[in-house]
Amino acid sequence: MSKLRKFLDRIKPAFQPGGKLSALQSVFDGFETFLYTPRTTSPASYTTHVHDSVDSKRAMTIVIIALLPCFFFGMYNTGYQHWLAAGATEFPFFSLMLYGFLAIIPKVIVTYVVGLGIEFISAQIRHEEIQEGFLVTGIILPMVCPVDVPLWMLAVATAFAVIFAKEVFGGTGYNIVNVALTARAFLFFSYPAYMSGDKVFVATSQAFGYGPAVADGFTCATPLGQIATAGGETAITGIDGSTISTWDAFVGLIPGSFGETSVICILIGAAILLATRIASWRIMLSAVAGALLMGWIANSAATPTYPASFLSPIDQLFLGGFAFAVVFMATDPVTAARTNTGKWVYGFLIGVIAVCIRTYNNGYPEGAMLAVLLMNVFAPLIDYCVVSANKRRRRARLTSKA
Amino acid sequence: MYLKLKKGLDLPIEGALSAASPVKSISPVCCAIVPDDFPGFTPKLTVREGDHVEIGAAIMHDKAHPGVCICSPVAGKVKAIVRGERRKILRVEIENNNSYNSLTFDIKRPIVELLGAAGLFAMLRRRPYDVVPDPDVRPRDIFVTAMDTAPLALSPVQMLPEGADKALAAAVNALATATDGKIYVSRRAGELADIPGAEMVDVEGKHPAGCVGVQVANIAPVNKGENIWTLDIVTLYRIGHLLLTGKVDSSVTVAVTGPEVTTPCIVKTAIGADIKALTAGVLANSDHNVRIISGNVLTGTAVNEAEGFLRFPYRQVTVIAEGNDVDEFMGWASVAPSKMSIYPALPLHWLRRLFRPDARLNGGRRAMIMSGEYDRVLPMDIMAEYLLKAIISRNIDEMEALGIYEIAPEDLALCEYVDTSKLPIQQIVRDGLDYLRKELE
Repeated sequence: MSKLRKFLDRIKPAFQPGGKLSALQSVFDGFETFLYTPRTTSPASYTTHVHDSVDSKRAMTIVIIALLPCFFFGMYNTGYQHWLAAGATEFPFFSLMLYGFLAIIPKVIVTYVVGLGIEFISAQIRHEEIQEGFLVTGIILPMVCPVDVPLWMLAVATAFAVIFAKEVFGGTGYNIVNVALTARAFLFFSYPAYMSGDKVFVATSQAFGYGPAVADGFTCATPLGQIATAGGETAITGIDGSTISTWDAFVGLIPGSFGETSVICILIGAAILLATRIASWRIMLSAVAGALLMGWIANSAATPTYPASFLSPIDQLFLGGFAFAVVFMATDPVTAARTNTGKWVYGFLIGVIAVCIRTYNNGYPEGAMLAVLLMNVFAPLIDYCVVSANKRRRRARLTSKA
Repeated sequence: MYLKLKKGLDLPIEGALSAASPVKSISPVCCAIVPDDFPGFTPKLTVREGDHVEIGAAIMHDKAHPGVCICSPVAGKVKAIVRGERRKILRVEIENNNSYNSLTFDIKRPIVELLGAAGLFAMLRRRPYDVVPDPDVRPRDIFVTAMDTAPLALSPVQMLPEGADKALAAAVNALATATDGKIYVSRRAGELADIPGAEMVDVEGKHPAGCVGVQVANIAPVNKGENIWTLDIVTLYRIGHLLLTGKVDSSVTVAVTGPEVTTPCIVKTAIGADIKALTAGVLANSDHNVRIISGNVLTGTAVNEAEGFLRFPYRQVTVIAEGNDVDEFMGWASVAPSKMSIYPALPLHWLRRLFRPDARLNGGRRAMIMSGEYDRVLPMDIMAEYLLKAIISRNIDEMEALGIYEIAPEDLALCEYVDTSKLPIQQIVRDGLDYLRKELE
């Protein structure tokens, strides 16, 4: 038996009910099960005696692994955009990465500390084991926010989302809307100046004093932001004034939220999620189909009133948070439709609504986030219809006999 | 009739039987009848400790239907009546005197009455509820399965003695008088000859294709208000044997399998035989705790080596590691190729063909998080997730609408295996069926 195991066994009694630290029992159990697979075995009868090796901890871990390419790319891109804004002509890789790391890490720490803190407290109130749901939320949230979002806002949004989107419903597995998206939407509607416009998507301050200085008053909007404020068919430009092509949007070296600019990295993540069967291919496929269809309709009827309608369907997929939302948010199994038929409908409508919102409502260039949230709310209704069909079949069988 | 089931899963577990596996005959020292193995049967004892019984002598009968008995599988003395809380009968132990004296039954009686008296009626099950049938209600159809697709199981057809055809035909002939519908017999194509009078169904597919409930759902599902009887081919043979000879064949062929067994073997013994005799000499002399399962790893009952018995309706003993003495550091992150999983989330598990799983849950209980897991291994038109939620919330209308009358715990055993939330699905189903029966009957 290892020293760590012995240490855990020695301190365990203090955390049991009646012990000095019994108020921290959930926290202790959480760490113990994190470090060692629990020894709990199947009961004696009316049970399977063997269980699959995959549990929800592993499922969440795989989502985090799938997010890593986007995370690392986000670090690089944050540095790259900052160097561009400073007018640099050379882009040293490690300096860019370091700058990106220094820029994002406070946000990650803040969301985890606030979110996990609330999770620990609610687990203890309910006398349950700490659950791993927030591990994914805590990394997604900083990735879908602009890199310059103030830390206190992030903390408030995380607390709001974890308490009101998740814990009041009963915790992991019971929430109706995606927690990270709720936090994102909270920020978007509460502090719109920090969440959109042309000031927040490029890190302009130095990170812990690191990185070149950027001139005061520097602005650069995201591609979708530019389209929304411009009229008619406009060329989208990057920080240095160069045009952003579809290829640039695919690679992802453009201004935008920290983790969602690079379609390549999102595709790598999607490949991991699909290969391990953790996420639903039905949702991803139908969402892309829905966005292409709606993008094509909007593009065929392009008018200068709605500048985003000039975007080609492919650009609709590559720009903004759409790809990230479809791969990592729409597929959240708890808030998505749970029946297979329902997933097709759910995904398709996300695609259609995301493009609709971003095209026909200039105030909300981030349509994907709102589309996923909206469909989260409608997912139970979609499932209800699918389940009703099953019930009807059964009833029809009975009446056809009678 | 041909039935192909696409969904399902055969668990690749070490310790299967092979063509060269030894066949032993073991005379049990002691046999036991466990009333809990007969759901829906309220036991009333007809013997006392010290009584002498013969094979086929009634040990207990059902309180509601005195004609339905459970009979002694061996001749000998009633050694002990073990009771638990509130004097509940846990089991009746009968010492085997090796005389194999057997009662002879009058076979001219109506079939249901005869089967009830000979202890064979209690071996039938009824859908809905998966309980011992009511002898006064005629079933719509009778379903017989001649398959066992559970992990490491031996085909029940191979357990039949030479020349069983006559007995099977006699049994089908007699059972036909008990129903106005058909008698379906499902088999693996080519394993069993046609039985006159029965509708033969060739079934193809992975586990749970052999579960009779799954077959029923795909052949002629049970509707509200309907009743069907289910049994397996070995019970059908026993019925035929009784009709031909007037005696109960209480012998049973047991597959002793599993990763913790040195040489998997086939044992011919008696119903309810003591586990100690069955596993003598085949348990691997290991330094870790083992779990002896009377039955297969998906639906069996864990028994104690010292005072455990072969439980009905299982004809299999599986021994796996218990796993409660292992410290696995960060097991949730481990990608060790020894981990068995149906998910490609373990990148190295394809390196191995067979696995040695233990009895751990491999995770903590959670709410249902992942979706669509159950559907992948349940070849029935049942929305398992919604049905389970209806059962947990005790919503009778929803349970009926979602098809609770069609399922038994064993049908959903694989759902419990694949569940990443580690929910006790079979227990939920059993409790739900019991609750529904109590409320509606």
